[in-house]
Amino acid sequence: MSAPLIETRGLGMRFGGVQAVRDVDFVLAERELRCLIGPNGAGKSTFFKMLTGQLHPTSGTVSLRGRDISRAEPHEIARLGVGIKTQVPSVFDGLTVRENLWIAAARTNRGARIRSVVDAMLEQVGLAPVASAIVGQLAHGQRQWVELGVVLSTDPELVLLDEPAAGMTDREVARTVELVREINKTKALIVVEHDIQFIRKIASKVTVFNQGAVLVEDDVEAILHNPTVRDVYLGKKVAA
Amino acid sequence: MTARASSLAGIAVVLAIGLAVLVLTPRLFELDVVLNVTVYMIMAVLALSLGLIWGFGGILCFGQSAFFGLGAYTYAIAVMNMGESTLPLVLSVVVPAVFAALLGYFIFYGRISDVYLGVITLTVTLILFNSVNSTAGPEFHIGSARLGGFNGIPGIPALNVPFFKDWQVDLEGMFYLATASLLLVYVALRALLASRFGRVIVAIRENEGRAQLLGYDPRVYKLATFVIGAAIAGYAGCLFANWGNFVSPTIFGLAQSAQIIIWVIVGGRGTLVGPIVGCIGIQWLTAALGANAPSETAGWAALVGNVPLILGAILIGFVLLVPKGILPTLGDLAAQLTPRRAKAAR
Repeated sequence: MSAPLIETRGLGMRFGGVQAVRDVDFVLAERELRCLIGPNGAGKSTFFKMLTGQLHPTSGTVSLRGRDISRAEPHEIARLGVGIKTQVPSVFDGLTVRENLWIAAARTNRGARIRSVVDAMLEQVGLAPVASAIVGQLAHGQRQWVELGVVLSTDPELVLLDEPAAGMTDREVARTVELVREINKTKALIVVEHDIQFIRKIASKVTVFNQGAVLVEDDVEAILHNPTVRDVYLGKKVAA
Repeated sequence: MTARASSLAGIAVVLAIGLAVLVLTPRLFELDVVLNVTVYMIMAVLALSLGLIWGFGGILCFGQSAFFGLGAYTYAIAVMNMGESTLPLVLSVVVPAVFAALLGYFIFYGRISDVYLGVITLTVTLILFNSVNSTAGPEFHIGSARLGGFNGIPGIPALNVPFFKDWQVDLEGMFYLATASLLLVYVALRALLASRFGRVIVAIRENEGRAQLLGYDPRVYKLATFVIGAAIAGYAGCLFANWGNFVSPTIFGLAQSAQIIIWVIVGGRGTLVGPIVGCIGIQWLTAALGANAPSETAGWAALVGNVPLILGAILIGFVLLVPKGILPTLGDLAAQLTPRRAKAAR
C-alpha cells in the first residue's frame, strides 16, 4: 500500500511555555478534501505552518508520501507540490495581478507555457478584467482571489486554504465553494474555515481541533450533532 | 504589449541621451569638464549597483563602498605587479564578487535581518577603511605595490587595450570608456530585470514569505543579487582607480558609503535611471557648492560651502517630502496626468 499524501505522527509545537499543538496524528489521502475547524487558538494555523515548513515541529513528524519533511524549508515543501493560501492574503502587493500569477506560474513552467497558464488562471479566478491592476489597490475579496490564483498557478497537488471565505461577499463565497469543488477533482485540499455553511457545502470529512489537539474526526453532519464539539466550538452558531 | 513598448521606449531615450553625452561632451567642453563628467559616469555605475540590490533586491547595503574600494585596490595592486591591465581588470570584478559571496552567504543563510545587514555591511567597510588606513609603513606591500596607508597608492598604471600593454587609455579615452560602461551596465541590468531572475528578485522584495511558499529560495536569489551588485561596484572601483591613477582609503569611508545611499534615495529606488540622475545631480551640486567656498570663507558663504551639511539637508528633505525619489515621483505625476489628458481628448 502506498503512503498517504500527508501523515503526521505525534506532531507537537511548543512556543516557550505554551503548547500550541500537541500529539496530532493526522492522515490525508490523495485527492481527499478535509476541513479543519476549531475555536481561535486551537492550533489550526500552527498546524498549517508545520505542514508548509514555516515552523519546524518541536516533536513528532510530518511526512509527505512517506518522505519526512519535518525539517524541510518552505520552498522545498512547495517544490514537492504543497501550496498554501494564508489567512491574511499574502500576495505581491506592489505588482499587478498578472505579474503575481506570472511569478507563481514561472516556478513550474517555462517559456510560452507561463503565459498560457496565467491567462487560464485569470479566467478561472475571474480576475481577467483587473489583470493590469496593482494588487495592493484591490479590495480584500479580490486579493483573496489573487492569492488563490497565485497558489493554483504553481499546480500543487495539495492545497491548504486558511479561511478562504473570510471577508468575502455571499456571491464570492458561492464561487469559492465551486472553485474548491473544482480543485478537488484533481488535487487534495485541507481547508480551515469558521463558516459552517461553507463547510457543509464542500466537506465530506471534518477534523476538529481544540487546545492544540485533535478532538474528533468525522463526517460533517456527525460533527454538527456531536455534543462535545457543540460545547467547545459551535455553540450558538448551529442553533442559529 | 504597451508595457513592453513603453519599456523599450524608455531604454531608447536613455541610450539616446547617453550617446549624445558620449559624442558631444569632448567636442563641446574643455578637458577639465570632460574629466569631471568622467567621474560622474563612474560614480553612476556605482549608483546603479546599489540601485539594483537595494531598489530591486530590497537589500539595504550600507557598505557598497566596500566593494567599490576592493575593486579599486585590487586593480591598483594587481596592475602594479603585472604591468598589463587585462587580468587586473578581471580581478577587480571577481575579488569583490567573491568577497560579497562569502559575506552574503553568512548574512543570507544566517537569516540576518535587514537592520543587521545594514549594520554588518557598514561595519565591514569601516573595518576595511581602518585596516587599509594603517598600512603606511614600507612593510605593508603586496608584491611591488606598497599600500601606503592613508596616503593611498599613487601612480597606478592606466588600463590598456586588452593584451596590448602599450595601447593605454588616455584621459579622453577614459571618458568614452566610463560613459560606454554606464550605458552597457544600464542595458545589462534592464535585461536582467526583465528576465525570470529579475522578476523573482522583485517578487522577493515585495513579499519574501510568499515567494518562498511558491518554491523560490530567497537566500539564493538575494545572494546572487548581492554578488552581481558587488561585481558592478568593483568594476566602478577599477574605473575610478584609473580615472585619477590613485586610490586612498577614503574610498571605504563613511562619507563615501553614505553618498551612494543618498544618490539612490534622491533619484528613486525601484528604477535604474533614478540612481544615475541622483548620482550625477548630487555630484554636480557638490562640485558647484565646493567651488563656491574657498577654505578661508566665513559666515553664510562657509555654510553654503559646507557640503556634508547640504547633503544631509537634501537627504532629510527627500526622505520626508519626496520619499520615493525624483524618478518614481515624476512617474506618479505623469500617471496622474495621463488619464485626465485622455479624457480631455475625448
